Amino acid sequence: MPAAPDPNAGSRPGPPAIISTRGLSKTYPGGIRAVIGLDMVVRAGEIYGLLGPNGAGKSTTIGMLTTRVMPTGGQAEVGGVDVIARPAVAKQVIGVVPQTNTLDRAMTVRDNLVFHGRYFGMSGREAKQAAAEMLERVRLADRATMPVLALSGGMAQRLMVARAILHRPQVLFLDEPTAGLDPQSRLALWDILEELHADGQTILLTTHHMDEADQLCDRVAIMDHGRLLALDTPTALKRSTGAASIVRVTADGDLHRLAGALRAEVDGVEDAQVLDGQLRLRASRTTGLLPRIVSASERAGVVVSDLSIAEPTLETVFIDLTGRDLRE
Amino acid sequence: MTTTVTPTSPAPGHELARIRSPLTAYRQAFAALLQRDLHVLLKSLPLFIVRTIMQPLLLMFVFTYVFPKIGQGIGGRDPGEQVRFTGVLVAGVVGLAIVFQGIQAVALPLVQEFGYSKEIEDRVLAPLPTKMVGVQKIVTGMVQGLVAAALVFPIAAVVPATAVHLRIDWPVLLTLAPLAGWTAASLGLVLGTRVAPHNVSYLFALVVLPLTFLGAIYYPWTTLGPVRWLKIAVLINPLVYMTEGFRAALVAGVPHMALGWIYVALLGFSVAFTLLGTDGFARRVVT
Repeated sequence: MPAAPDPNAGSRPGPPAIISTRGLSKTYPGGIRAVIGLDMVVRAGEIYGLLGPNGAGKSTTIGMLTTRVMPTGGQAEVGGVDVIARPAVAKQVIGVVPQTNTLDRAMTVRDNLVFHGRYFGMSGREAKQAAAEMLERVRLADRATMPVLALSGGMAQRLMVARAILHRPQVLFLDEPTAGLDPQSRLALWDILEELHADGQTILLTTHHMDEADQLCDRVAIMDHGRLLALDTPTALKRSTGAASIVRVTADGDLHRLAGALRAEVDGVEDAQVLDGQLRLRASRTTGLLPRIVSASERAGVVVSDLSIAEPTLETVFIDLTGRDLRE
Repeated sequence: MTTTVTPTSPAPGHELARIRSPLTAYRQAFAALLQRDLHVLLKSLPLFIVRTIMQPLLLMFVFTYVFPKIGQGIGGRDPGEQVRFTGVLVAGVVGLAIVFQGIQAVALPLVQEFGYSKEIEDRVLAPLPTKMVGVQKIVTGMVQGLVAAALVFPIAAVVPATAVHLRIDWPVLLTLAPLAGWTAASLGLVLGTRVAPHNVSYLFALVVLPLTFLGAIYYPWTTLGPVRWLKIAVLINPLVYMTEGFRAALVAGVPHMALGWIYVALLGFSVAFTLLGTDGFARRVVT
């Protein structure tokens, strides 16, 4: 197991820490260790992504930072408030978009925002004004008087984001914000998050989509089995793989034997492993690589049926660290 | 808990809310949550009224209008007995209306929200301690219980075929009604936090039915002497104290349990249910 990464890796110096945890842990009754000794620093104004497969401990981490999951060890501060000792105060400084739709179904789109503002101490007038501005911002102004049940999944998600930032929290938490959204709604949500980022909103999100982490996040922490395995900017993480490209080979025949053959015979192939019924090659050079792989395969008596080449992604990083696919 | 925390300085261009004193934040959030429930209640007021008055209306109609008219002997055949029975039933129905609000306004919505709608998850993030969200639910249930009780009075005055002789003891009524509302709403919170959605049918079979049929609605508890074991057994039923209390508050000439016991029991139930219910609430929302 790799050592836990430095919590400040990839961070710009300067902005103060908005979230910091030390040894934060959660063991559920029954002994399941969901999060193990998490040391984490999220700085003001950054979008920080927790990337990992289902069950990695991402949601439990967000749960602990948002007062919904009681840690069994360690410390956590959000916006200068000790989340464990003073959860009711910490709620003032956080905004949360959970995985499920938690909109108030008994009320209209606008009233969902107005009453949220009231919960956070706004006067009736302030809340109404903030709600109106926010509806413009998330492009739902024309739906203001609709019942929330009439919203599509993407619109409901945007309304939940609007609600979460209405009281101007120090951190916005999003748990798998685009899970279940169609591609267009996902892009619309990304736009909104990027606008918030431009305004300086600190954001912590979890995702199991490498594209989402790559596209949105200033820093990405790769999480698996309750621990952080790596942390850096997406670019630095991808560079850390040391590979210029990743080739996937689909073929009929003995893939393990083919792996050995390609490693030995093809110049530039650094490593080859069988994963998900495919052969995955890490290559240090790209030029002329594919023809050489095809001919080497033929010499090894294996028929290649598909071949693809791509730059390393965050998934590559994950596979390098865990030997597993993000989707598994 | 009254210190104010200085927030971490915001990033440039993004102005953040200042941390408010916890007590102010709690008070404002609590009031706003109550307002939310009131807002929703007013929006669905006709539905609320129908749901609240149907049961008392039918009970009063069948037992105090139809039965005397057809000569069915409930409460005795002579008119004096019937007047007395109407009085007994009015008090019982007021208690019943309050208990039903505890179930309908608190327990059932919570079962749903914990089960699949998850709406409660957001209100739990309002800036106040989690248990206070549970207390707020009790207050809402209490208010609805009192409104329900007030709706029952006109029915009691109009529906019965016989005259209704209510003699209202205001000090008792004005203290007992809120106390009964508290007991019912906190019982609702206990049930709502302990019952899983797929067990709602058991909730009716195992709790609501025994509670109502053995809640001294149709007969004064004091007359249970001939079935002594039952007279003792039903003392674990909070509705018994409510109906007996309302008999003391509303009807003359009907024997009732000593008022002191009624207050002590209802207060005891309320405190116990509130502790159990808020604890159950916190367990359901914080893992």
